[in-house]
Amino acid sequence: MIVRIMGEGQYQIDDGDVEALNALDSALTAAIDSGDETAFQTALSALLDKVRAAGTALPDDTLEPSDAVLPGADAALSDVVAMLGDEGLVPG
Amino acid sequence: MSLMKRMAMIFKAKANKAVDRMEDPRETLDYSYQRQLELLQKVRRGVADVATSRKRLELQINQLEQQADKLESQGRQALAAGREDLAREALTRRSGVHQQLADLQGQYTNLQAEEEKLTTASQRLQAKIEAFRTKKETIKATYTAAEAQTKINEAFSGVSEEMSDVGLAVQRAEDKTLQMQARAGAIDELISSGVLDDASGTAKDDIAAELDRMSSSSEVELELARMKKELTGGAAPKEIGSAEDGAQAGLGEAQPAEREETR
Repeated sequence: MIVRIMGEGQYQIDDGDVEALNALDSALTAAIDSGDETAFQTALSALLDKVRAAGTALPDDTLEPSDAVLPGADAALSDVVAMLGDEGLVPG
Repeated sequence: MSLMKRMAMIFKAKANKAVDRMEDPRETLDYSYQRQLELLQKVRRGVADVATSRKRLELQINQLEQQADKLESQGRQALAAGREDLAREALTRRSGVHQQLADLQGQYTNLQAEEEKLTTASQRLQAKIEAFRTKKETIKATYTAAEAQTKINEAFSGVSEEMSDVGLAVQRAEDKTLQMQARAGAIDELISSGVLDDASGTAKDDIAAELDRMSSSSEVELELARMKKELTGGAAPKEIGSAEDGAQAGLGEAQPAEREETR
C-alpha cells in the first residue's frame, strides 16, 4: 500500500505493516472525533513515525496515486477538520 | 471510515473531477501538463517570497542587535558620568530590544524551515512533472482510445495528488509570508520612528540627548573657563576706557587694584 504524508512525499508500506497502521489510524480518528488537540498530536506523530519507519520512500518521479493520505507533522486538528469538511481546501 | 482513507478519497475526487471535464483523453494530458508547469512556477515564486522575507528579518535582527549594543554603551557612559538613573533607563530599553530580538529569531527559524520545505516540494514536483511529460508523450504516440483513458487516469491521478499537496503547502507558505511581511513592516516603522531608535543616530533618543546635554554642558564650562582666562590676560586692559556698563565697570574696578599691586 502507498501512503502519502502531506508535504513529505510517498511511502511504500508492506502488507505486513498495514495492520499496525490501521490501529494507529483508528486512534487518530478517535482523537479527531473527540476534538482533543493533545490526543490528536500524539496519535498523529505516532502514526507518522510508524509510516516513516516501516515504509520505503518512493522516488520523486513515481506517478502512483496513494491509497492513503496523512496530514503533515505540523498540521493542527482544526486544519484536518477543515480539510475533511470542505473539499475546497485542497486546491485542484 | 479511517482518516487515511478519507483524505485519500478527497484527493482522488479532485483528480477525477478534473479528468471528467475533458472530452478527449489527450486533451487531459496537455491541460494537466500546463497546470503542472503553472504550479511549479507558483512554488518557485513562493520559495523566492519566503527567502525575501527571511532576508528582511535578518536585516532587522542586525539592526536590533546594533541598537542593543548602543544602549549598553550608553548605559556604561551614563554610569561613568555618575547618572545611575539614566543608565537604568538605557538597560531597561535594552531588555525590551532583547525581547523583540528573541521573537524575531523564533520567526526567522520558522521561515527557514518553511523555505526548506518548499524547496524540496518544488524538487519533488519537478521530478513528477518530468515523469508525467515522458509518459504523456508515450501515451500519445501509442494512442488507442480503448487503453488511453486508463493509462491517462493513472498518470494523471499520480501527479494530481502531488499538485494538491504542493498547492496546499504553497498556500500555507504564502499566508505565513504575508503575516511576516506585515510584522516586518511594523518593525521597520518602529525603527524609523525612533521608538526603538536607530543605530545611525539620526533620530536621537532621549538618553542620547541627555548624555549630549551633559557632555555639552561640561564643554560650556570649559569654554567659559577658557574665556575667563583670556579676559584676565593681555586683552582686558584695552577695554577699560570704553566700558560704560556695570559688568565692564566691575572689571575696571578689579584691574586698577591689580595694577596698584604690581606697582
